[in-house]
Amino acid sequence: MDFDYTAEENAFREEVRNFISENLPPKKERDKNFLNTWLEKVRAKGWVGFSWPKEFGGSAGGLIEQTILREEMALAKAPPLGTSMMGLAWVGPGIMEYGTEEQKRKFIPDILDSKVTWCTGYSEPNHGSDLAAIQCKAELHGDNYVVNGQKIWTTGAPWSQWIILLTRTQFDVESKHDGITCLLVPMDAPGVEVRPIENMAGDKHFAEIFFTDVQVPVENRLGAEGDGWKVTVSALANERSSIGEVTQMFAKLENLKELVKVTYKQGKPAQEDPSVRRKVAQFEMKIAAMKYNGLRYLTKQIKGEPLTSETSVNKLHRASLEIEMDDFAVELTGQAGLQLRGGDAAVDGGTWSKSALNWPNVVIGGGTPNIQRNIIAERLLGMPKD
Amino acid sequence: MNFGFTEEQNLLRDQVERFMQDTCPMPRVRELSSTGGFDEALWKQIGELGWLGLLIPEAHGGLGLKWIDQVVVLEAAATGLCPLPIASHALASTAILTCADDAQKGRWLPAMASGEAVCTLGLYDDANWIDPAAITATAKASDEGYVLDGTKPFVSDASNADYLLLAVQGPNGLALAAVGKEEVAITPQPTMDSTKPMASVDVKGVHISADSLLPMTTDQLSYLTDCGALAVTAEMVGAGEAILDLTSDYAKQRIQFGKPIGQYQGVKHRLADMYVDLESYRSLCYFAGWCADDDPQELARAVSLAKGYASDAFNQIGIDGVGLHGAIGFTAEYDAQLFLKRSKWARPMFGDSDFHLDRVASLGGL
Repeated sequence: MDFDYTAEENAFREEVRNFISENLPPKKERDKNFLNTWLEKVRAKGWVGFSWPKEFGGSAGGLIEQTILREEMALAKAPPLGTSMMGLAWVGPGIMEYGTEEQKRKFIPDILDSKVTWCTGYSEPNHGSDLAAIQCKAELHGDNYVVNGQKIWTTGAPWSQWIILLTRTQFDVESKHDGITCLLVPMDAPGVEVRPIENMAGDKHFAEIFFTDVQVPVENRLGAEGDGWKVTVSALANERSSIGEVTQMFAKLENLKELVKVTYKQGKPAQEDPSVRRKVAQFEMKIAAMKYNGLRYLTKQIKGEPLTSETSVNKLHRASLEIEMDDFAVELTGQAGLQLRGGDAAVDGGTWSKSALNWPNVVIGGGTPNIQRNIIAERLLGMPKD
Repeated sequence: MNFGFTEEQNLLRDQVERFMQDTCPMPRVRELSSTGGFDEALWKQIGELGWLGLLIPEAHGGLGLKWIDQVVVLEAAATGLCPLPIASHALASTAILTCADDAQKGRWLPAMASGEAVCTLGLYDDANWIDPAAITATAKASDEGYVLDGTKPFVSDASNADYLLLAVQGPNGLALAAVGKEEVAITPQPTMDSTKPMASVDVKGVHISADSLLPMTTDQLSYLTDCGALAVTAEMVGAGEAILDLTSDYAKQRIQFGKPIGQYQGVKHRLADMYVDLESYRSLCYFAGWCADDDPQELARAVSLAKGYASDAFNQIGIDGVGLHGAIGFTAEYDAQLFLKRSKWARPMFGDSDFHLDRVASLGGL
């Protein structure tokens, strides 16, 4: 056991820090070209798709260096390293693992260069948590699949150019996990209609998508026909350590402490209230637990031991923290805490009230807490499936 | 960066767990705890295996390992609720290593490393207060050394110890007084957890030699308290794992309404939450274990994060472990209840969750 980094790792951390101090101006000084310049520079550094093989334009970076990179970027509150979060997180890795040579050539560079944004077409009106039961139909006619059906809650659909789409190519199957096929579809294909849905925070991040006789060339199938479930599961397993996430949570905790220090409750400083102090300490405890859980899992990965479903542990912590920390901040600050951005008495510019309404993004997206509990109970504790 | 155990540490864990299963299984634990918690033969055996001298330098007959290794042993022993005073002995070793001079170390440590002498540590004189001011027993200078006064309540394993190190207010500040069991009056103080025997120790009028008083700074007192909290947390990791295993196995086998109860989400999700909490305080505990020797500056915060989490989480795991079993879990005959009792015992030891949360808040700038 050893929490120190090697000289090379420390040098890499130093390199990232130097890069950030040279290339990340304070928010007020950023002009409208800032983001493009930033994206070009991190790309030139080889930090986009950092862990991807060099043949695909990545840097073949190790797990620890990747963790350091994420940690430092999160610490500096830097913008993302690419505009296609899902492209970098699982679409790209999925294509590298299952795609044809042509697909790799066609899609990977655009993900790395932030030219194309991907969204993920999984959930349907009747199949959310029960994802494998999807019904969106794809029928092979000649060289094209013809897609008919509907997706919903598709995050990023309003501004994405491509979608990784789970369809059903076979209906009379023994297991619902069979007969699923993964297609790569341009969002501007004829017959694709996107209807954004407003969420309770007033944002239109997700949408429902209707597919009517959409023609998808067979060369846009990812993996074999009927292998869609396998492709999905192994692509999602590419989500690696959650260390960058932990750094963000620590930053949020610091903001919360600053708020506690300037807040008065019942005419007294909130930070003298034992229940306030203990609640904040409990947040710190959970975030620290996420950190050290994450480091244990990272160590397992470095040793080449496969992670089964351990990441669900931190997902559950993250879910409860997302809800509880904002809720705590809003409640702590009384009626002023209720005001949204622009309100005359809004607390911290409405940051807390806004995210108090935005938690389902993180909590429900990617599998609800109860789904995470099913995963832990079934895969780690061996409970029988429902 | 490597947050994992070495091959040797994993072997040690396996060895201790096997010892609990084969040599000191639950029926034996019940027997032992009904008769005071000690068995000389078992103690000698683990002494020969080296487990009693893990922290003691090789020069004094020990293995010269670290607290993280001690954590491994305490965790593994607690999977079987080991009633032997391993934790107390380790804390007494740490107290001597921290506060004693070379001559004193040479005098006590070799017999402790072999297990020939059983030692324990008693710090505070108030059952519900952790602070230097909660040490009220005294050592006053006398002709040939010191004379002690006071009664130390709830000293772990006092009835089974040959020597006791007891915190006192000495002529020059805090100190540890080393006393032999024959010199003091020990009165058992049974608690709900009979696998963790405790007793009050009356030292009124006891004379000790000048070299039996070890000066102790408040920082050293904090360090020893933190090691105590670490030891208890390590035991909570092992005991938590054992009751979760017991309950998971039961949930797979027990059929109700035609299905194993583990198939119902009401049961499944409770088990998942137990796993999440256990996994989390386990990670925090291992980090604290590493800090004890490799980053002592960080120990207070690390221990408070770990014990603060574990105290309440293990308590809930104990309740759910019994509760998910239904009526059978409530019976004296079934082992689940023993783990619930351990969770109650562990809660106030070396600071309850409020104590540790308050410290996390203060150390974190509030």
